[in-house]
Amino acid sequence: MSLLSTLARLEAVRSGRAEPLATVRHRHLSERPMVLVPLATAGESGAPLAVLLGTDRQAPRLHIVPQPLNRTQRFDFLARLAADLLPYLESFGGEVEQIEGSEKDPQTGEKTQVFRELCTDAPQLIVPNSACVQHLALLGRSTRFRRTVEDADPGPYPAPTQVPLLGRWLTHLTERAQVPGSSLLLPMTALLARHWATGQSHLEDQHLAAQLAWHFPRPGLTAARTALLAETERDVHNQLTHPPGGPVTDPRFDELVLAPAITRHDTALAALREDPEHTGRPAGTVQDAGTVQHVDAAQAEQARLRVKEASEHLHSVLEQVLLPTWHDVWRGLDLLYALPPAAHLAERWESDRWSYTGHRDRLAAGEPPQPKQDDAVTAARKLAQREREQSRLDVQEALDDPLAMAECRLAGEAFAGTVTEVTPDYDTSGRSPKPRPLVTVRTTDRPHADPGREVHRANWQSAQKAVVVGSDPAEGTVTVRVLSGMGRKKEPEPGSLPEPGDRITFTLFELAPRQSAPLPDPDDTPWTHGGPPGAADRSPIAAEDWE
Amino acid sequence: MTSTMTSDPHTFGPKSAAAAASPGAAADAAVARILEATVRPAPGGPRGVVVDSPPGAGKSTLVVKAAKELVGAGERLMIVAQTNSQVDDLVGRLAEKGPELSIGRLHASDSRPSAEVLRHGNVTPSDKVGDLLEHDVVVSTAAKWQWVKAEAPWRHAIVDEAYQMRSDALLAVARLFERALFVGDPGQLDPFTVVGTDQWAGLSYDPSSSAVVTLLAHNPEIQPHRLPVSWRLPATAAPLISSAFYPYAPFRSGTGPEDRRLTAGVPADGSALDAAIDEASEHGWALLELPARHTVRTDPQAVAAVAGTVRRLLERGLTAHSEQSGRPLTADRIAVGTAHRDQAAAVRAALTGLGVPVDSAAGPAVTVDTANRLQGREYDVTVVLHPLSGRPDATAFHLETGRLCVLASRHRHACIVVARAGIADLLDEHPATEPVQLGVTVKFPDGWEANHCVLQHLEEHRIRL
Repeated sequence: MSLLSTLARLEAVRSGRAEPLATVRHRHLSERPMVLVPLATAGESGAPLAVLLGTDRQAPRLHIVPQPLNRTQRFDFLARLAADLLPYLESFGGEVEQIEGSEKDPQTGEKTQVFRELCTDAPQLIVPNSACVQHLALLGRSTRFRRTVEDADPGPYPAPTQVPLLGRWLTHLTERAQVPGSSLLLPMTALLARHWATGQSHLEDQHLAAQLAWHFPRPGLTAARTALLAETERDVHNQLTHPPGGPVTDPRFDELVLAPAITRHDTALAALREDPEHTGRPAGTVQDAGTVQHVDAAQAEQARLRVKEASEHLHSVLEQVLLPTWHDVWRGLDLLYALPPAAHLAERWESDRWSYTGHRDRLAAGEPPQPKQDDAVTAARKLAQREREQSRLDVQEALDDPLAMAECRLAGEAFAGTVTEVTPDYDTSGRSPKPRPLVTVRTTDRPHADPGREVHRANWQSAQKAVVVGSDPAEGTVTVRVLSGMGRKKEPEPGSLPEPGDRITFTLFELAPRQSAPLPDPDDTPWTHGGPPGAADRSPIAAEDWE
Repeated sequence: MTSTMTSDPHTFGPKSAAAAASPGAAADAAVARILEATVRPAPGGPRGVVVDSPPGAGKSTLVVKAAKELVGAGERLMIVAQTNSQVDDLVGRLAEKGPELSIGRLHASDSRPSAEVLRHGNVTPSDKVGDLLEHDVVVSTAAKWQWVKAEAPWRHAIVDEAYQMRSDALLAVARLFERALFVGDPGQLDPFTVVGTDQWAGLSYDPSSSAVVTLLAHNPEIQPHRLPVSWRLPATAAPLISSAFYPYAPFRSGTGPEDRRLTAGVPADGSALDAAIDEASEHGWALLELPARHTVRTDPQAVAAVAGTVRRLLERGLTAHSEQSGRPLTADRIAVGTAHRDQAAAVRAALTGLGVPVDSAAGPAVTVDTANRLQGREYDVTVVLHPLSGRPDATAFHLETGRLCVLASRHRHACIVVARAGIADLLDEHPATEPVQLGVTVKFPDGWEANHCVLQHLEEHRIRL
């Protein structure tokens, strides 16, 4: 935690309100996000219980697993979820733009012009917290290898056809969520925590309602008190008035409400199964067949009604648990929409669009699902990508937001100030003299600017590099020699240099991320890393125990 | 810090015999075995040789010897180090000890090797590997080697500081060689990344783990060798560092209790700082303890105590007597180690304020740096700002075993630790809470245990400020 965010937390404690950590919004928000609040079953990791989802805050749709331990019901639930979610995910695949690029012919080395499709927009899922992201990843892991009746060998327990497809989408979205700055799948608690500091710990911020309490304290109460109530307040039935935001449920709810409701549904279902009409058992005796049949029909109707009632009851109790969080996520979105978007959002969202388009293309090409585990090369490649994106994100946030830049300045990684002097100077070591003017900046910052350190001019139209010549802490000045970005002539291009009186910011970090070094092809994995992955490692359908 | 629990002690020869032999003989025997395995490998044997080296056990000397023997056997070889300064150090040493070697120093296009290195006649710098293919030895950083597109011209490689190399870097360079000698210190800081890597935890090739861990997981027939004697650490330090950080790979000091002495030209002025210096001169360790308090990272009083101690070290005209010679303790023989960069900056500013030189470009100067950057370096006296001093919590970063190990094992004579009181309580209040990952070797000793062990020893040499 940086000094500045610690300070913001302390201020939040004093003011009793969330304090801004950003002046702009640093994550892309879709115009049509899909909010998804999942619940998991206690006791079995990755077992779904229910999900509330939708793109309209007034019309959430609820899907539940009436008996979470029943695999058939679980996969029926996943099929319903797939039928609900996939049309949204796929709806962005149709509209594309053509991006021009060039491809090198591996034989001739000739460059040819190619066009690649890029989807103009991409889906966005918003979940309450990062534990929900992990839950979705587990769901993806448990479904993407399932075989269906469409497979050549469907196995003894074929899953509904759309289930593996849902698993592949969930896997892709949760993998993408690991990339810093990506926005296809975002947890609301992290979104809010990036933009505002609360007067509580990071752990407490994981509770969405508790974090929102610092934005919307109850009338007459402090934010801290509101947060405490959000976490602990219970009604006369010993139920939390504000259940946790998923995927876990409150144990008291499990014990006192959920378990009886599930048992009631199980019993009703069992009664319905025992009904002769369903089992095909000979009903009654021949002489009073008419009466028995009449009685049985009435009983069957009764049993069906009981199942329906029990199911409705289950739906209603789960909806009650989910709705507060559903509304919280939308309230969080309202807060975030109110912030102006950061300048580099479109650039980062384009990476997300490429990611979405790539997945769309892999599905269309009939490629197998993502493997169980990355091979050595893929893992290294992903790590390199994440590190590259992390540094790009850090730089872009600093450039987009004075508050983010302030953290860099406080850490001595940048300095901002007013230009006091610009002295023309030249490098005459070459054939023709090159401009190497000196710029002196008056600043209150204390950068780690040792002489010879390279610095970069921030928020300038083109890349401009300079090197620190000296600094005078007593005077509060830093002098740099500008090395580039002045054109090719003997004199700097007009306007390419700052003038005395200008505000200017230099960073000690590079503004363009470094390229990652090339890695071998997976088939060329060296002996140090176990050689090329065997066919068995890559087989998408390894034996899976799931029943 | 990487576990050495799995290594089999029998591979290092009969222990009792090694213990009985003189340090020099034991070390020579170990080096001979390593060179034999590297230069004349058994047919069908493993393609890699791994050497675990405690601090100051002659790792660099071993690298130079191995390079000379390999070249002598008619091989050309590549050497992979981790940072540019490590490469420059190594090139300088190779050029000096092996004047017959032709050495290529491969560097990035935007960074020049140090002038110190280029003054050797047998060193050729270039940023293109094509210019250097004819040289006996080509040395560069792992980062630069990753970009080399050569068609496997080297049969042999030496990987220096291999425990600090990340698995993904080895993945990118391993295509360049057939066999390799991996040399490193398993007790120093593990490589790190700023992004989440949980998804690969437990995989044998987790890209964020150390290169040696991956190598050994995939080549179980490789039995790591071990250098048994630390030539750097004095007799006062080796037993503590060995038991605290290398409980399963013990080593000893190459020097006896009387071989290393610090004498002062100027008597103590009665201050706590001077008392700490005298304590460290006599016992090799001193704990300069400030009153307990929660502070910001750049605790001004602790920083002042560090800077004041360094100034007194210089003012008192100390002489460092060793088995080699006696030489005055000059600024360039002193280092200050911290956990964070801002702490290093604060100490540097405080020293400048006291008139102590800290800029090595302008003559002999005190080195002030973080543990990460002090790895592999050696000084006569070190002053350490304890990573847990003044902290309200003990995070995994501050507890990392390797961090304390690096800070406490840079010195040839004495180490003075500056800390706020109450670290033992802080440790007791913060047991390790890192999640246990399946398939990941348990790191032992953990930072908690190692910190307690070092602290217990330091408390015998406590001077209150």
